[in-house]
Amino acid sequence: MANFYLDNKDLQYHLSHPLMKRIIELKERNFADAKLYDYAPQDTEDALDSYRRVLDIVGEVCGEVIAANAESVDHEGPRVVNDHVEYASGTVKNIEALIEAGLGGMTLPRKYDGLNMPVTCFAMANEMVARADAGFENIWGLQDCAETINEFASEEIKMKFLPRVSAGETCAMDLTEPDAGSDLGAVMLKASWDEEAQTWRLNGCKRFITNGDGDISLVLARTEEGTKDARGLSMLIYDKRDGGVKVRRIENKLGIKGSPTCELVFNNAPATLVGDRKMGLIKYVMSLMNAARLGISAQSTGLCEAAYREALKYAQEREQFGKPIIKFAAVAEMLKNMEAKTLASRALLYETARFVDIYKQLNHISHDRSLEAEERQEMKFYNRLADGFTPLAKMFASEYANEVAYDSIQIHGGSGYMKDYACERLYRDARIMNIYEGTTQLQVVAAINHVTKGTYLEQIMRYEEEATSEATKPMFDKLVELRKTYESIVERVENMDKESAGYKDFHARRLVEIAGYIIMSHIMLRQAREVESDYLNPTKIFVKYAVKKIAEAVTYIEASEGSDVELFKA
Amino acid sequence: MKKVTKIVVLAKQVPDTRNVGKDAMTAEGTVNRAALAAIFNPEDLNALEMALQMKDRIEGASVEVLTMGPQRAADIIREAMFRGADGGYLLSGREFAGSDTLATSYALSCALRKINPDIIVAGRQAIDGDTAQVGPQVAEKLGLPQVTYAEELVAINDTEISIKRRLERGSEVVVSPLPALITVNSSAKECRPRNAKRVMKFKYALATSEMAVAEDKSKAFIEERPYLHIVEFAAADVNPDPEQLGLSGSPTKVKKIENVVFQAKEAKALTADDADINSLMVELIASHTLG
Repeated sequence: MANFYLDNKDLQYHLSHPLMKRIIELKERNFADAKLYDYAPQDTEDALDSYRRVLDIVGEVCGEVIAANAESVDHEGPRVVNDHVEYASGTVKNIEALIEAGLGGMTLPRKYDGLNMPVTCFAMANEMVARADAGFENIWGLQDCAETINEFASEEIKMKFLPRVSAGETCAMDLTEPDAGSDLGAVMLKASWDEEAQTWRLNGCKRFITNGDGDISLVLARTEEGTKDARGLSMLIYDKRDGGVKVRRIENKLGIKGSPTCELVFNNAPATLVGDRKMGLIKYVMSLMNAARLGISAQSTGLCEAAYREALKYAQEREQFGKPIIKFAAVAEMLKNMEAKTLASRALLYETARFVDIYKQLNHISHDRSLEAEERQEMKFYNRLADGFTPLAKMFASEYANEVAYDSIQIHGGSGYMKDYACERLYRDARIMNIYEGTTQLQVVAAINHVTKGTYLEQIMRYEEEATSEATKPMFDKLVELRKTYESIVERVENMDKESAGYKDFHARRLVEIAGYIIMSHIMLRQAREVESDYLNPTKIFVKYAVKKIAEAVTYIEASEGSDVELFKA
Repeated sequence: MKKVTKIVVLAKQVPDTRNVGKDAMTAEGTVNRAALAAIFNPEDLNALEMALQMKDRIEGASVEVLTMGPQRAADIIREAMFRGADGGYLLSGREFAGSDTLATSYALSCALRKINPDIIVAGRQAIDGDTAQVGPQVAEKLGLPQVTYAEELVAINDTEISIKRRLERGSEVVVSPLPALITVNSSAKECRPRNAKRVMKFKYALATSEMAVAEDKSKAFIEERPYLHIVEFAAADVNPDPEQLGLSGSPTKVKKIENVVFQAKEAKALTADDADINSLMVELIASHTLG
């Protein structure tokens, strides 16, 4: 009986973080739901207990059903039949199991039949689903769309669509087009008002749409005729029950083959406007993308976990020269580093998720009543941290997923290159993670602002205020030293940038990585203080790795002339 | 015509004998229950699923679980509630200790007379005893028709049930009048998972004897919510003949237990030529090892 929650102590540790108490407070608002719903918690402990129990169910469905179907789904894949998607048979079974387990609408309020759980718990579920089958995580993780509807749509729209998500209907976000990928401002899908039918009508084409034939789709479309940029775009909901959208083809991808990536043709498809016109990209998609990025961080962390476990198992079983290969130092070192990266990726993921939870929930509360000055302050504080940490989490987790999957094959040796072991599927699945929902290069563009604005530095200083323990003190001192290095290297780059325009952009990724390594090390250090037996050694290993990576970046920047900007120009 | 309203599943909490380690048996040769996790007997979960399918098809029907065992057996009633059962009955008391299949089926039939269900569903057999006797014996004691080896619920209405049976060399569909007792095979559909909302709703459910030792706060909580109360029957509640309960009602006596270690009896050397491989295939097919 595999259970991906019960077999993962690290995941359980993150649920016990002290900030969870505040998150529950905000999520449950004096536990008022307890009088209205028989499944609502009575107090904080009760809520936490329910979270644990629900994650236990997710873990069981992942371990018993989704993981077991992953290989056949990868081989079979979805098909287009009569202009619609037909999932692989394993995918259908996965969806059935999740519906039976009542896991739709995990974060939605109870009045929409949701489970009213924090984003942090949803990310944990995402992680476990991805560990079982990364491709299926896309279909499941698109519940995020419901969160965006909940945040911005009218009560009438929410009442119509959200209970359907809670009942297990799937979602899609229809953003990209053949000529609008990373540059979403160029979206051309046309939305026009049909006066007679009193509805919006969508016409045009969308490409690379994950789960494009989902039941409920959020569509980015041009409502303002004659406009050409982001300001003419609005967000609309298309309901599959209404018809008007055909799936023209499903892409043949390298990995995540169970997740249908669709090309869609809209032909007078009716649609409902969400929120205000012209705010589609500027406000709503930005929020949606942030949630989706956190989702990919969770997906990537789940993939790290799967790839690491596959490698560990193989290294324990495979014997060469009369002993298991894990007994060879070179193999053991790789495994330890894979483990450390997996733990660090998870540490950053849930630190970010907690920030998102607090600010999102305060934002929800602000729709019902005006916030106290203190709460406004709190919301602003966590909003800034969430914005700063989300691109970091996405970038590091997705790059680590690729690195850990790469090493997983390496540990399998020649067998890993064959189709016989899961590591080859994980390697193919990982490859998209640092590309979609914003490439790593685009995460750097978002993150570099927080290097400049000081979001990261301020948070590092807060970590430095936390108490140290005897065992972690040497690492702590090293991190303080590295923070000083970070400050001076940022200063150097900003000064150089004044003389050589583009110098900061040239080094942006290196600066963001330095900040990221210090931050992840601090979070790991906190864990090593709290549960020394579990975390001290992996933290030592991770900090060694971080020191090396930072030294590499610093060395490169220090030796870099202003003329490098020209040298690397195409 | 009586409407089907009450479906009862017979379930047993068993030691998990599927993952037996070296501590699984005591020195005396009995099962070391402390070393093995207590689980919902696997085929009883198949039975629960079939009962829930019946409920899905009959408006207004309820599914309840009946189990005989110590206090902690209430765990599997809660587990069943998490998966879709409406409630359950715990049959518990010293009088039942040491029951063999005959005494067990007698005790269960006494409780069932009191509950008065329209359909009884049970797993084919439990993984600790592997007798497959309790279900059929209960049916005999209650004078009910029985359908064994059930694999699939084909159809059901208020007067009869149609069941596909899995047999050694195929399957057959039989129709039985109701009320009836059905025993379900492991080849039937697996039980649905625990449901998130049901888990949150029923997690504080307690049997009567558990409530007696619970904190006042949770007692009050359950009193406000009657659906959280698991009915508990003591022996006296089900009006039995005391002679037929427990050890005195159990004609089965264990005479001797032996530790058996499987050993290969013979070894055979074969060459890689076609004739040898052919004769090996013939032999394996004849012994039903293959095919």
